[in-house]
Amino acid sequence: MQRNTNHTTICKIEKVIDETPTVRTLVYSDKIMPTVLPGQFAMVWIPGINELPMSVMISLEEGKAAFTVRKHGPSSTGLFNIKEGDQIGIRGPYGNSFDLKSGKLLLVGGGTGLVPMMRLLKFVKPSDDVTLLIGAKTKDEVFFEDFASKLLKNNTHKIIVSTDDGTYGEKGFVTDMVKKLTDQTHFDGVYTCGPEIMMYKTVQIAHSKGLFVQASLERMMKCGVGICGSCCMGEDLVCKDGTVFDGDHLLSNKEFGHFYRNKAGILEKY
Amino acid sequence: MTKVEASLATSIGPINLERPVMLASGILGISLDVFKRLHRSGAGAIVTKSLSKEPWEGYPNPTIFSVNGGGWLNAVGLSNPGASYFAKMLEENNDVPIIVSLVGSVPEDFEFMVKEFDNCKIAGFELNLSCPHVAKVGLEVGDDPELVKKIVTAVKKSTNVPVIAKIGLGTTHYLQTVGSAIDSGIDAITAINTVRAMAIDTETQRPILSNKFGGLSGTPIKPIALRCVYEISSKYDIPIIGCGGISTWEDAVEFFLAGASAVQLGSAVGDRWIDVFNEINDGMLHYMKKKGITKIEEMVGIAKKY
Repeated sequence: MQRNTNHTTICKIEKVIDETPTVRTLVYSDKIMPTVLPGQFAMVWIPGINELPMSVMISLEEGKAAFTVRKHGPSSTGLFNIKEGDQIGIRGPYGNSFDLKSGKLLLVGGGTGLVPMMRLLKFVKPSDDVTLLIGAKTKDEVFFEDFASKLLKNNTHKIIVSTDDGTYGEKGFVTDMVKKLTDQTHFDGVYTCGPEIMMYKTVQIAHSKGLFVQASLERMMKCGVGICGSCCMGEDLVCKDGTVFDGDHLLSNKEFGHFYRNKAGILEKY
Repeated sequence: MTKVEASLATSIGPINLERPVMLASGILGISLDVFKRLHRSGAGAIVTKSLSKEPWEGYPNPTIFSVNGGGWLNAVGLSNPGASYFAKMLEENNDVPIIVSLVGSVPEDFEFMVKEFDNCKIAGFELNLSCPHVAKVGLEVGDDPELVKKIVTAVKKSTNVPVIAKIGLGTTHYLQTVGSAIDSGIDAITAINTVRAMAIDTETQRPILSNKFGGLSGTPIKPIALRCVYEISSKYDIPIIGCGGISTWEDAVEFFLAGASAVQLGSAVGDRWIDVFNEINDGMLHYMKKKGITKIEEMVGIAKKY
């Protein structure tokens, strides 16, 4: 029988990987999640705690997928604290995915926003020339650098890490590096996921140079299926119309980069 | 053969709509930009999320669950930005028929909220007397016919905008609640709300919704909602909006034949997205032309003849 993907399926966490002191990757086996497209997400039930929208992380093992979580509030901390053998529920996948161009590609990821970027790397062609920018506040928070390098071993590629405090890689905001790189090189596609201000600046820079740019957005979600309206941004519903949007569309949306909705649905400034 | 021109326009008492399929309360009802989009997509009116006097955050997730075999279970917990915040946003509204859903415990809550919308162009208020999963409001109010009388009387005194009562299946017979609302001057009835229900995960052996209990919506409750519309229209002379599991044009037509003048849908948006409005509109027009029906009102209550 075909699985009702809106119905929660219980999975056992098989492996927990410490990426940084505050970021962990939880690996599980599943039939559907290993095959999802970059930008798609699952609703993840942490029994007794909450249910969160999570981008689906890739696993290098056949038939496995993962979630990479940073502990932040009580719910993400609940997911972070999941141990090997614990059960979580998943439903989905939901949302659209990146429109992958060929040629010179620039990927810009910040924090757990790197997750869809890692999945995107699985879809690049061997002929693509890939530049991956990893942004972090400080050295301790850098992760996926080695993982990305493994994924890109057959490509012409460059991985650049920038930390806000300069303790690792380049010093400064990752968006300063976006500016520098796009000043020097024409990219056929720019893809970004991470903190919204970072995405906003990346989209602005790329768009001002006439480059094709897309961002995968995050919003508070309850249903994931276009019922509750929690994730609306202007007239867009991030769960149904996104998570991936074109740069020109985003720049015409008056909430992108400026406002998010709180749990009651009130717009708040970033 | 004469060509029959069919129109989807309908009247629910004093409320006139160009199209009879509305978005039900609780679904997507949070921003004016989304309302405009839904209206463009064929919705005849938009009912907002139920608004309370103060903003409410609602329950933690899981708040929505897809039932195997059909239907949705939800206990969002009436999360909403509050009536005052919402009224400010709706002051910008010009051309979308918006029905403002309100939830509260006492007449004073409703009086306060209704006045907040004095400067907004809206098509009506819908009093949520039937949410099955939040204490002290919704169904607990609807189950108290005396309180229903007081609330409806207070709201009718406070506004000239048409007022609808949304009823559900609680512990008091819903026909008694409908009667109380009619006695107090209500303009129309929406029937029904979701039906109190739950789901348990067999693997983890715990209730799935964080609130344990929620409301069942979608296809499984359609025959129940249809029965209620038929019973209300048989007993009372009051305009009715049918709601519960409507997802196709056949469903909508069934509700008209049972006595509804308009319908609302919500779960179908989760299953078929917002294209569902125009799919139903097109299907109804086709049916009306085939049957030689020119207006929705010609269909209303036909099934009661038999």
